[in-house]
Amino acid sequence: MTSACPACSTATIAQRAAIQAGPPDIVLSLPSIHCAACIASVERALRALPGVEVARVNLSLKRVSIHASTATTDDVTSALAAIGFKAHPLDMAVLDSRQDSVGRGLMTRMAVAGFAMMNVMLLSVAVWSGAAGATRELFHLISAMISLPAVLYCGQPFFSNAWSALRVSRLNMDVPISLAILMAAGMSLYEVLNGGEHAYFDAALSLTFFLLIGRFLDHRARASAHSAAKELAALEVQSAQRLQNGEVTTVPVGALAVGDRLLIPAGVRVPVDGTLDSAKALSDKSFITGESAAALLVHGDAVQAGEINLGAPFEMTASAVGEDTALRRVATLVEMAENSRSRYTNLADRAARIYAPAVHLLAMLAFAGWVWATGDVRLALNIAVAVLIITCPCALGLAVPAVATAAIARLYSLGFLVKSGTALERIAEVDLAVFDKTGTLTLTTSARQLSHMTNQQISVAKALAQASNHPVSRALLGVLPAGSPAVLTDIQEVQGCGMQALRATQVVRMGRGAWLGATFDGPGLQIGTGPAIPLPMAEVLRPGVDAALAGLRKQGITPCILSGDRQGAVQRIALQLGIEDMQAEVTAAEKYAYLVDLQASGHCVLMVGDGLNDTAALAAAHASVAPSSALDASRNAADVVLLRDSLADFPRLVLIARAAMRLSKQNFAIAAAYNAIAVPVALMGYATPLIAAIAMSLSSITVLANAMRVRRAA
Amino acid sequence: MNVLLILIPVSIILGGLGLCAFLWTIRSGQYDDAEGAAARLLLDDDDPGGPDDGAR
Repeated sequence: MTSACPACSTATIAQRAAIQAGPPDIVLSLPSIHCAACIASVERALRALPGVEVARVNLSLKRVSIHASTATTDDVTSALAAIGFKAHPLDMAVLDSRQDSVGRGLMTRMAVAGFAMMNVMLLSVAVWSGAAGATRELFHLISAMISLPAVLYCGQPFFSNAWSALRVSRLNMDVPISLAILMAAGMSLYEVLNGGEHAYFDAALSLTFFLLIGRFLDHRARASAHSAAKELAALEVQSAQRLQNGEVTTVPVGALAVGDRLLIPAGVRVPVDGTLDSAKALSDKSFITGESAAALLVHGDAVQAGEINLGAPFEMTASAVGEDTALRRVATLVEMAENSRSRYTNLADRAARIYAPAVHLLAMLAFAGWVWATGDVRLALNIAVAVLIITCPCALGLAVPAVATAAIARLYSLGFLVKSGTALERIAEVDLAVFDKTGTLTLTTSARQLSHMTNQQISVAKALAQASNHPVSRALLGVLPAGSPAVLTDIQEVQGCGMQALRATQVVRMGRGAWLGATFDGPGLQIGTGPAIPLPMAEVLRPGVDAALAGLRKQGITPCILSGDRQGAVQRIALQLGIEDMQAEVTAAEKYAYLVDLQASGHCVLMVGDGLNDTAALAAAHASVAPSSALDASRNAADVVLLRDSLADFPRLVLIARAAMRLSKQNFAIAAAYNAIAVPVALMGYATPLIAAIAMSLSSITVLANAMRVRRAA
Repeated sequence: MNVLLILIPVSIILGGLGLCAFLWTIRSGQYDDAEGAAARLLLDDDDPGGPDDGAR
C-alpha cells in the first residue's frame, strides 16, 4: 500500500493514534489462538466489524485488545464465535499491567549497563596495557563520568532490595551486591581524584550487567505466570438478566442483590448462587465439580455461580452474590494457597543466607588485618573492596536463573510450558503425584466400543445425536462410524432424560438407562419396544498414561487419584492403572484440605488437574501441572502447562527438573571454586582490576556454559 | 595522543546511538509480544488495513 491514497493514509494515522491512545476499550481472552493464521483471521474479522477502530492480538498473552467507537463486547464476542474463536471478556480493572513495566525497567537498565560496560572496558584496556601519567588519569576520569551515573541508575533494583532487607535487619544476596557495587564505584572515584593507580569502574559495571542478566531471566520466567486468582475474577460473567415485574433488564453482575430473580438463557453461565424457580433445569456442573454427566435440577434445588445452563432458559432467585458466591470462595482459596507457597525459599536465597554474612566478615577481616599490619587505611580499604568484588555473587546470581531458563527451553520443546522460575526446584523435590481423573488421566471424547451395535442402531443413534446439543450426544457423534443417519420425524428433547423421535411409526429413544427402563445407568438406545442397549461411554485413558506412571514410579514417586467423579468410575480407572491410593467424590475445598494434610505430613506433592475444583489444590501443592485443555483458571494456578495430549513425556519433566537442580548446585560449586582461588589472591593484596575482571567474567561464563548442559539431560 | 580527544567522544556517541535505538524499541513495546511478532512474519503483507500498514 502506498500513501498516494489520502483516505488510506488518514486511516493509518487514525489507527496509529488509537494505538497510542492508551488503554483499549475491550480486552478479550482468546484461549484457543496459537498461530499466525489465528492472528490473521481474528484481526481481519474484527476490522470488518463496524464500530471497531483497531484490534491487536497479543499471542504471548492470548488476548486481543480492541479500540472500539460503537461496537460492544457482545458484538465482538459473537463476531469471534462466528469464526470459531471462543472469547472471554476480561475486566481490565482486575488485571493490572504492572508486571510488564518491571520487565521493561530491567531491560532498559540492562541496556544502559551493557553500554556503559563496553565503553569503560575499552578505556580500561588502554590502562591495563600500560597507559601512565596524564593519559591514565584522563581515561580514569572519562570512565568515572560514564560509570557513576550508570551504576546509580542500573543498580537501583539491587539497592532497593538490599535496603528493604536491611530495614527489617535481615541479609539477602542484594546486600553484598549493593555493597560491592557502591564501594567499588566510591573507592575508584576517590582513587581517581587522588591520582591513584587502580580504578574498579569496569568491575562495578560488569557486576551490575551480569547480575541484571540474571535478574531479567528470573523475571521473564515469573512474568509469564499471571496470578490465577486475578484471571479467575476477570473471567467471571459480567452481566445478568434481572426479572422485575415481568420485565427483563440486563444489569451488571455487581448490581445484583440477594433475593433478585434472574433469567438464565440457554448456554449461559450462572452469575450468582441461588435456588431454581423453574420446574426443571439441566445444568453442566463440570466447571465446578469435574463430573462429566449433566445434572438434572428440580424446583428449589441450589444453583451455583459458574454452572452452565444446558437446557431451556430457567429462572432463579439469587441467594448469594459477589464475594459470597462459591466461585469467589474458590478464588479466595487459591489466593490463600498461593500465599502459602510464596513462602517457599528458593535455592538462591538459601545460598545467600550462608553466603552474605561470610562475604561481609571476610572483607571486614581483610580491612582490619591490613590496617593492623601496615597502618595504611587507604591500602586496607582498597584490598577490602577487591575482596568484595571478587567474592560478589555474580556467578551465584546467574547460576540458578541460567539453568532454569535453559531447562525451561528444553521442556518447552517437549511440550511443557513452565510458568514459574522456582517450579523446577519444587518439582525436583516431589515424592507423591496426585492426579485428577476426568480430563487429566482420561479423555472423554475418544473412540468407544461400538462393535455390539447393528447398522440400523447406529444410524438411529446418529440421527438422534445430531438433533441434540447435549455434550454426551456431541461426544457420541464424534465416534459413530460414517454413514447416513436414519430418517426420523417428530424429534423432541425430553428434558433431563434424553431424545425421543418417530421412525416411521416406531418410537425410538436415546437417553438415560433408567428412563429407558434398562438396568444400566449410563446412556442407552431403544428402538420400538425392544430392549434398550447400552451406548458404552467408557472414559478412555489419555495416551501415554501407563508410560508416565511407570516412569514416575521408577523415580520413586507414588501416583494417586483425587477425583470429584463418582466412586465407581474412579475405582475402575484406578484398578486399570494399578493405582492403590484413590479418593472419589471430593469437593474443591476437600481437595485443598487433602493436599494441605499430605504436605503437613512431610510429603512434597505434585498435583495434576484441570477443573475449577482442582484450582485451589493446584495452587496449594508443592508443584502443579495442568493439561492445556484445562480451564484458564487452573492453567494459571498450575506451575506447568502440558501442551500435548500425551502424558508419555511426563516423567521427563521430573528428570529434567532434577538434572537442573544438580546443575545449579554444580554451578554453585564452580563459583565457590573460583572464589577459593581468587579470594586468597585478593586478601594478599595482589588483586588488580585486571585480575578482578578476568576472574569475574571467567566464572560467569563457565557458569553459563555449564547451564547449557541441561539441554542434553533426559 | 590528541587524536584521542576526537576518537573517544566519537566512540561514545556511536555507542550512545545504539543505546538510544534499543531504548526506543523497548518504549514502543516491541518486546511485549515476542511470540506474536514471530508469527506475524508469516502473515500476508498485502492484507489491506493490516496493523503494520502504517510502516509503509
